Amino acid sequence: MSNENITKESVVIRFAGDSGDGMQLTGTQFTNTAALFGNDLSTFPDFPAEIRAPLGTTAGVSGFQIHFGSNKINTPGDECDVLVVMNAAALKVNIKQLKKGGTIIVNTDGFDNKNLRLANIADEDNPLENGSLDWYDVKKIDVTKITRATLSESGLSTKEIDRSKNMFVLGLIYWMYNRDMGLTEEFIKSKFKKKETIADANIKLLRAGYNYGETTETFNSRYSVEKAQMAPGVYRGIMGNQALAYGLIAASHQAELPIFLGTYPITPASDILHELSKYKNFGVRTFQAEDEIAGICAAIGAAYGGSIGITTSSGPGIALKTEAIGLATMLELPLVIVNVQRGGPSTGLPTKTEQADLLQALYGRNGECPVVVIAASTPSDCFYQAFEAVRISLQHMIPVILLSDGYIANGAEPWKFPQTSDLPKINIEFAKSITDGSKYMPYSRDEKLTRPWAVPGTAGLEHRIGGLEKQNITGNISYDPENHEFMTNLRAEKVAKVADYIGNQTIDQGAESGELLILGWGSTYGAIKTAVNQLLEEGYSVSHSHLKYINPMPHNLGDLLKNYKKVLIPEMNSGQLIKIIRDKYLIDAQGLNKVQGMPFNTIEIISKVKELLK
Amino acid sequence: MNAIIDQTAPKLSPKDFASDQDVRWCPGCGDYSILKQVQTVMPDLGRKKEEFVFISGIGCSSRFPYYMDTFGMHSIHGRATAIATGLKASRPELSVWIITGDGDSLSIGGNHFIHLLRRNLDVNILLFNNQIYGLTKGQYSPTSEEGKITKSTPYGSIDHPFNPAALSLGADATFVARSMDRDPKHLQNVIRKGYDHKGTSLIEIYQNCNVFNDGAFEIFTEKSSKKLETLMVEDGQPLLFGENNDKGIILDGFKPKVVDLNNGFSANDLWIHDETDQVKGNILARFFDDPSKEGHLPRPFGVFYRQNRPTYEDGLNAQIQYTIDTYGKGDLDKLIAGKETWTIQ
Ligand code: SF4
Repeated sequence: MSNENITKESVVIRFAGDSGDGMQLTGTQFTNTAALFGNDLSTFPDFPAEIRAPLGTTAGVSGFQIHFGSNKINTPGDECDVLVVMNAAALKVNIKQLKKGGTIIVNTDGFDNKNLRLANIADEDNPLENGSLDWYDVKKIDVTKITRATLSESGLSTKEIDRSKNMFVLGLIYWMYNRDMGLTEEFIKSKFKKKETIADANIKLLRAGYNYGETTETFNSRYSVEKAQMAPGVYRGIMGNQALAYGLIAASHQAELPIFLGTYPITPASDILHELSKYKNFGVRTFQAEDEIAGICAAIGAAYGGSIGITTSSGPGIALKTEAIGLATMLELPLVIVNVQRGGPSTGLPTKTEQADLLQALYGRNGECPVVVIAASTPSDCFYQAFEAVRISLQHMIPVILLSDGYIANGAEPWKFPQTSDLPKINIEFAKSITDGSKYMPYSRDEKLTRPWAVPGTAGLEHRIGGLEKQNITGNISYDPENHEFMTNLRAEKVAKVADYIGNQTIDQGAESGELLILGWGSTYGAIKTAVNQLLEEGYSVSHSHLKYINPMPHNLGDLLKNYKKVLIPEMNSGQLIKIIRDKYLIDAQGLNKVQGMPFNTIEIISKVKELLK
Repeated sequence: MNAIIDQTAPKLSPKDFASDQDVRWCPGCGDYSILKQVQTVMPDLGRKKEEFVFISGIGCSSRFPYYMDTFGMHSIHGRATAIATGLKASRPELSVWIITGDGDSLSIGGNHFIHLLRRNLDVNILLFNNQIYGLTKGQYSPTSEEGKITKSTPYGSIDHPFNPAALSLGADATFVARSMDRDPKHLQNVIRKGYDHKGTSLIEIYQNCNVFNDGAFEIFTEKSSKKLETLMVEDGQPLLFGENNDKGIILDGFKPKVVDLNNGFSANDLWIHDETDQVKGNILARFFDDPSKEGHLPRPFGVFYRQNRPTYEDGLNAQIQYTIDTYGKGDLDKLIAGKETWTIQ
């Protein structure tokens, strides 16, 4: 039979099923194949909150969305073109993400009475039968039945067989989008190296899915998505947490100092620990502490000893670390604190994303305790910001908070990665030993207001530091009222000075002046970029600037903002950066806020801009 | 700590370890003696001064690092153990000392304390136990005896106290000892043994807070009662005590009993102390009777237990070496590129 072949500029597919259905793996495999083919792409894994939620319930639905195209892709897409659902709960949770007229690929076995009940759907409301899906192109396939039939002679148990049904779906999607299956077949072979039967079964099923598309008349068209026009170079796929770990290692390499990571497992930051713990041959020491506080304190101890002290966590963990961040500020030691933000407060939404810890990063400590705060904007940007966080902390002897979030931490994109030779050196010198008997001054300062890094073991530098207020230069304890004010100002000035070493704020897209500027920070980058792109095409006077350095802000930011009649600040919180901008620059910035544990849709930003420019 | 004498280390005196800061503890505080004994032991350790690091938390005792002319950090409440862990794990060649108190290490820092002991980093903990909160002016502490009347417990404390030695053994500490501020020679000796031990050394020091809890350990430290109420244990020696060393301890099954040497028992019948015997070490650490009660056991001092167990930092650094030997030194370009790349022309 012949199918019509339709070429599309970009496509969004969402895989959804029970946490045990292997949707993350299916999505990742499709992603890698699309990346290797040369599409630009962006992904969004949507994890259930509970690891072992009851089977078949809406609480246990795991999703993976991929947006791939021949054009520039900045977000995982507002709505999907194709929704793959393995059961009724997955359909119920995800149907609102599907475009009107979109395709649904349904595993009908997941809609039996039991599954309907688990999804809290009355039998008579079965969406496959009650006409509620008339808007969509529904492809009903009994994936479970076909899987069992295909593998009936494999010698595997029914449980094992059922576990591989995602491979059938993946094969079918590969057929739909004209993809080569070589990469996935290789992956299966290496994953089940020691379990050949399982490897064979998975590959057989993958091919069965592909052939199903080819031989049945379920689909009358196939789609092609051409390679994207990306800048020439060598690419790889990268996820945010992975990029962040690599950025830290790269900085360690360029500073020629070892990493010490003191941390405690927490969603969604743990993958940074997992990554770093693999690379001990880079001299990386990872320490899984007894709690969040011990994690940061151990990192402070290591920094005192001359290592790059790092701690990684998410909001609740950062809350526990605040006292120690204050100590590092008083000690004036380098320290990198990574916050992969999630929904809060308290335990909040551990697997969802939010940007609600900005004010915590800026102010969440006792006393006046300013630290440097920077933010990563995309999965691959996590690499560069991690590098930058280390650079600033070492060169300015100061704690730096790096903000990422669940969305970019788990999201993936193609990355034209740098070579070591492209990366700057981070020059660091420890204080030299004193042999003439003169007294060492631990809080003497250079032009950056930075004190020397005097590590134990250096003769003649014996000195004491601590959390008590101290005198400048000597470091002696001082309760003098004027000294405290002087030191408070000095610590603030030291942070402010960092602005001399970060360059100017730039415009990402659009004109240098005009009607409206969208000022973003962190993971809203992709959605804003796509929105502005479209708005510019439609002839709107709109520009985009994205903040990396939130404390201190680049020197020119105030002037830059004043070149626009209006400033819009979209944030995944109730308005935090906007408070700072309004306070600092006295401009009437407008907010666009979303606190749903979900990233912005492009359309939400577009609508807001159109409303403001009416 | 490894007892390696560094031949290049200059000959130092206790004075070399005194900083230029005025010591600010209350006159008569037991901390003075502890400071003096530490400064006395230091020169004999045969190391360069710059290799010593003293890390403290918060409390009266935690002022200690300011008075030592070594590297030092006065950190935050309860966290000296965690900070020392990061330092020692990344700089194993340093001699790291933790100065802490009963509130600092057993209340707010209890978690880090037990985890340090189980990880067994090669550091020394000097736990100044005065059974009171001194710096905050007199609240009961986790080692205060039950019924203690303090500012925060006007009707007497209800909590059952920790016995730090038993707690430490429960956390699998590899060196557990007790000494007191009023016995300089004993204290010096125990500190030296703690230093010589490779692994975490927990040294509990009974310290008199003459302002808020004066005389808490009087019965063990005063000449008039010391001989009868304390049991000074020595490796390989029988457990003897009493005015004329005329009392001893025997083990009846697992039950320790006081016997009178004038009453048919000889030193040969007594429990012979073995620092490496874990079962007996645990029994010894549990000699924790209220000395005012009839038939109580004497309070032991000395090294209760020590064990050789690999240290955390050795394990960590061995892993680093292993990965370098197995996979070669990390290649950054290879790491960043990963396994699958594609080229766009
Ligand atoms: S309050 Fe007690 S422990 Fe503190 S310095 Fe004074 S006597 Fe010593």
